Amino acid sequence: MQTPTLFALLLLLILVAYGTGFSRAIAAARSSGGIRSLASLPSYYGVHTALWCGLPALIILGCWLVFDDAIIRAMVMGSIADKPESIAGQNLLYAQIQNLAAGNLVGNVTPQLQDAAAHLESLRASGRWMQTALILILSIGLGAYAFLRISPEMRAREKVEKVLRIILLACACAAIFTTVGILLSVLFESLRFFQSVPVTEFLFGLHWSPQMALRADQVGSSGAFGAVPLFTGTLLVSAIAMFVAVPVGLMSAIYLAEYAGKKVRSVAKPLLEILAGVPTVVYGFFAALTVAPFIRDLAQSMGLQASSESALAAGLVMGVMIIPFVSSLSDDVINAVPQSLRDGALGLGSTKSETVRKVVIPAALPGIVGGVLLAVSRAIGETMIVVMAAGLAANLTANPLESVTTVTVQIVTLLVGDQEFDSPKTLAAFALGLMLFISTLILNFIALHVVKKYREQYD
Amino acid sequence: MTDLTQSNLTQKEVRERIESRLASRHRKEKIFRGFGIASIAFGILAVVVLFTDIISKGSSAFVQTDIELNVTYDPAVLGIDTVDDESLAWANFDAVIRNALRERFPDVSGRRDKRELYSLVSNGAGFELRERLQQNPELLGKTETLWFNADDDVDTYVKSLSKSEEGFLGRTSEQKAGWIKSLLATGELEKRFNTTFFTNGDSREPEQAGIRAALMGSLFTLLVTLALSFPIGVAAAIYLEEFAPKNRWTDLIEVNINNLAAVPSIVFGLLGLAIFINFFELPRSAPLVGGLVLTLMTLPTIIISSRAALKSVPPSIREAAMGMGASRMQVVLHHVLPLAMPGMLTGAIIGMAQALGETAPLLMIGMVAFIVDVPHGITDPSTVLPVQIFLWADSPERAFVERTSAAIMVLLAVLITMNTCAVWLRKKLERRW
Amino acid sequence: MTSMTLNAGAPVPAQDKTNSATDLTDKSATESTSVKQQAVKTQEDIAETVGSPFCDEAKLRMRNVNVFYGEAQAIHDVSLDIGRNQVVAMIGPSGCGKSTFLRCLNRMNDTIEGCRVEGDLTLDGEAIYGPKVDVVPLRARVGMVFQKPNPFPKSIYDNVAYGPKIHGIASRRAELDEIVENSLRRAGLWDEVKDRLDKPGTGLSGGQQQRLCIARAIAVSPEVILMDEPCSALDPIATARIEELIHELRENYTIAIVTHSMQQAARVSQRTAYFHLGKLVEVNDTETVFTNPEHDLTEAYITGRFG
Repeated sequence: MQTPTLFALLLLLILVAYGTGFSRAIAAARSSGGIRSLASLPSYYGVHTALWCGLPALIILGCWLVFDDAIIRAMVMGSIADKPESIAGQNLLYAQIQNLAAGNLVGNVTPQLQDAAAHLESLRASGRWMQTALILILSIGLGAYAFLRISPEMRAREKVEKVLRIILLACACAAIFTTVGILLSVLFESLRFFQSVPVTEFLFGLHWSPQMALRADQVGSSGAFGAVPLFTGTLLVSAIAMFVAVPVGLMSAIYLAEYAGKKVRSVAKPLLEILAGVPTVVYGFFAALTVAPFIRDLAQSMGLQASSESALAAGLVMGVMIIPFVSSLSDDVINAVPQSLRDGALGLGSTKSETVRKVVIPAALPGIVGGVLLAVSRAIGETMIVVMAAGLAANLTANPLESVTTVTVQIVTLLVGDQEFDSPKTLAAFALGLMLFISTLILNFIALHVVKKYREQYD
Repeated sequence: MTDLTQSNLTQKEVRERIESRLASRHRKEKIFRGFGIASIAFGILAVVVLFTDIISKGSSAFVQTDIELNVTYDPAVLGIDTVDDESLAWANFDAVIRNALRERFPDVSGRRDKRELYSLVSNGAGFELRERLQQNPELLGKTETLWFNADDDVDTYVKSLSKSEEGFLGRTSEQKAGWIKSLLATGELEKRFNTTFFTNGDSREPEQAGIRAALMGSLFTLLVTLALSFPIGVAAAIYLEEFAPKNRWTDLIEVNINNLAAVPSIVFGLLGLAIFINFFELPRSAPLVGGLVLTLMTLPTIIISSRAALKSVPPSIREAAMGMGASRMQVVLHHVLPLAMPGMLTGAIIGMAQALGETAPLLMIGMVAFIVDVPHGITDPSTVLPVQIFLWADSPERAFVERTSAAIMVLLAVLITMNTCAVWLRKKLERRW
Repeated sequence: MTSMTLNAGAPVPAQDKTNSATDLTDKSATESTSVKQQAVKTQEDIAETVGSPFCDEAKLRMRNVNVFYGEAQAIHDVSLDIGRNQVVAMIGPSGCGKSTFLRCLNRMNDTIEGCRVEGDLTLDGEAIYGPKVDVVPLRARVGMVFQKPNPFPKSIYDNVAYGPKIHGIASRRAELDEIVENSLRRAGLWDEVKDRLDKPGTGLSGGQQQRLCIARAIAVSPEVILMDEPCSALDPIATARIEELIHELRENYTIAIVTHSMQQAARVSQRTAYFHLGKLVEVNDTETVFTNPEHDLTEAYITGRFG
């Protein structure tokens, strides 16, 4: 039976289970003195039966779908005597077998391949049969078990709620699974990368040119994986961005929180927040087509040499993007400073700016630092603006008018297009991803911790 | 005045010292305030510049220059006798267009001039004719007057005319400019609403490129994201807010959620590539995988906002229901959840808006491929609107710059609508306790 | 609703305000019927302040002060003098406007959006709300101590030095040190903190924090000190120390103190003003107010029948 059909059948069974459970509960109630004699409402008995009928079967079905291709493949490949050594070769062979089984391979078909395809077909057929049988038996059997156990004394509601709670917990754990998934995926491929390129070369090498030549005798065939130019490029762009975002964001937050009247605030705040809602690809387009040429022309008119893809353009636009981020985080912490401190300072005759600079900001400093750290982590991880406006040349420079490349740009360049998971070129992207994840993780961790401590201070 | 402090300063001296510094302090106050105003002005200026730049670049893409031609479905020219799928597949519709152009400009001769003449019309015109004949087979052998998309160079030139860039020719020769002007004069060349932009998928030819495929791709991706992230996010929020015991496991979950909210989106792309595509072998470029990746990315947002919504339901409601003998689960499902739903929906819309604008992780999972066909399901290869913008932004043609900006306008319009909905929903359904 | 027509002299309050005022009276009156009768009866008598609101050598002179928060009126036509080197206590039930009135004296109400002050207020004959008055030197002359101790999250030294620093009072470091030491001594805190001047002020006990705030206020050599329920967050022992301190400070400063505690008013002040629903009911020598009040409302309050 095809999977969708099976799925539909399973849903039907679940409905039936609910209905029968419900009516049996009512029947049981009638024989023992009405609905009141039941430990739970009849619908809970229905749900209980339906859960028994559906949940295990669905879980098994899901696992089956995930693993069945891999198992069949292993069995088919295991039956072939002389298979190629390399993973790519094996992939190719298996693809050929699959195509042959589907009946669209033309060309030289060896008997061996023919056998393998037939084997694949038969495995698939029996797999489907087994799947159908297993799921139906499981579902009907467990459903019947739950159905037979229905009695007025059974606490169906408690059992159902227990299952619901477990489902809720599983959903809450999604965050942990995601983190583990990220770690596993980048760590695993990074380790493979570090087998071919030493960690020290990656972390401290000054030369980055990941393009691998096709033939071993070409110039630069080995590729160079010294990531220092990427790190400096990332830092340069982020520094420019923070140079724009921190003063502007902080001062706007201060103005909105301490000076602006209700009317100004209700207009200016949403206007600034528009900047946060604009997708990064739009900023990238703006940076590449409007800001970068403008900066190039401006620099040239001042007699400076500027590349058309400059770190300055990307950094400036990224700074604009981060302004609302810094400003709303600072706004939160500034508003958390108790009014009594402001009153204290004003009561001594401070001007407003003295109150802000000498009392409010120092008191809010931990929170502001936390917010700025989060903003830095955002700047480091920002991708589209730099991909579109910063360029690909891995220059080791501190000149903002030159083109630089960043960690995220290289991840995108290395992974868009053909990927070969046995070449260091593709794996390098994961090593860069690992660096990115670790550095932002540390920043976020410190920032969240600082902000949390700050909040507790004034709670 | 008496000497108040036992210090050497009299109160009068103190007053004088304060007075002497007042002017400079008030000046500093003004400067500080000025910085604040300047910062706000800078931010607002950035919004204005960004939007005017995009709109001025993109608004012209909503009109497209069309050419009116008398086309004859001459079986001899087409090289077919009957209208059926097979013959249509190799019928020469381009020749029909060429004939129509030669008829309009009979005195053009010479191979080069002719080729230039043919390039007035988009080379997608042949496909349009084929579709028309396929739907109306009775047209074979007849003549009719139709509007076709002009080539993007013609379009660019015509648009530059109206912008009074008189000297601008772009890739248009003097001769071609002459033809265009004569067609304009007779009304056979006209700027019309650009329907192609909304009905077509991607194309190498700017005049045939549209955002339909990308919009559908975005829609499917968002549907997957919403279907997964909303229930999971709400369930997680309910668990953490209503059931979670105070222990290290709960702390771990909380730390993870807060941290994931700040992980760069591209890292989620790496996860999608390594796990969904390489490990589970899900199809590349599919909205299914895109939706899965965006689900993981938006989950923290949705969980955090849902928890805020749950927190805002006053404990008295819970106590009241609990006092009636309801179980913890019944209290949550029957009372707390319905009350928190508006807040959760608002959070979900904001999360979806965030997902709709996301580009970087989708590049990792192959949604960057050149895809012409409009996807019909969540496993068809497709692209999404922001990625389409990214792809077009790379193309050098002026007509693509215009279309990129127009696509951005569409994207921003959708995002603004979503956010307005969220704000409206919050206002409409918000309860004050 | 009879009360509305009775105070003809005062501006006619908004309808809802009158309602809530009546409600308030009713609410407090539900405890005993006799009080209710009294409260209703005495409403008409608030029209004019009884006792002696004025004095000859006035440091602060307030005439016909009205304060509005948006539409709502918080202070109705209050006139009062505060004499030089005198301690005036302001008492009254919660929400009677005594804190609002206090905050008018150094224009702290400016920081509240929608707050409007009418009437003549003068400090040594100079208008406090004059169009050209700079609040910065005004607040240096009229210092303030708040209900909750609010030391800045800085060191003890920096807390006290804050005022002199921003105003540029000390020209040398040694001078600043001297001011800090003197101020702390006068606030009676010096012996307790002299060894830990660099420790954060927030680490002190509540009573110490409040004395630190007083030291901070006197470090800029003010002429008047306003105290807004300075002991409400303190335990009895700390309260006693602050009261002692106020006693000592009286020699050099003019002090206006808002308090909830009638005992405190009796202990520290020479004159006492009783506020009720935004109106000044009675001003007299403290002894008179507490032994022989002129007004029924004052008597009802000090004998604890409402409050």
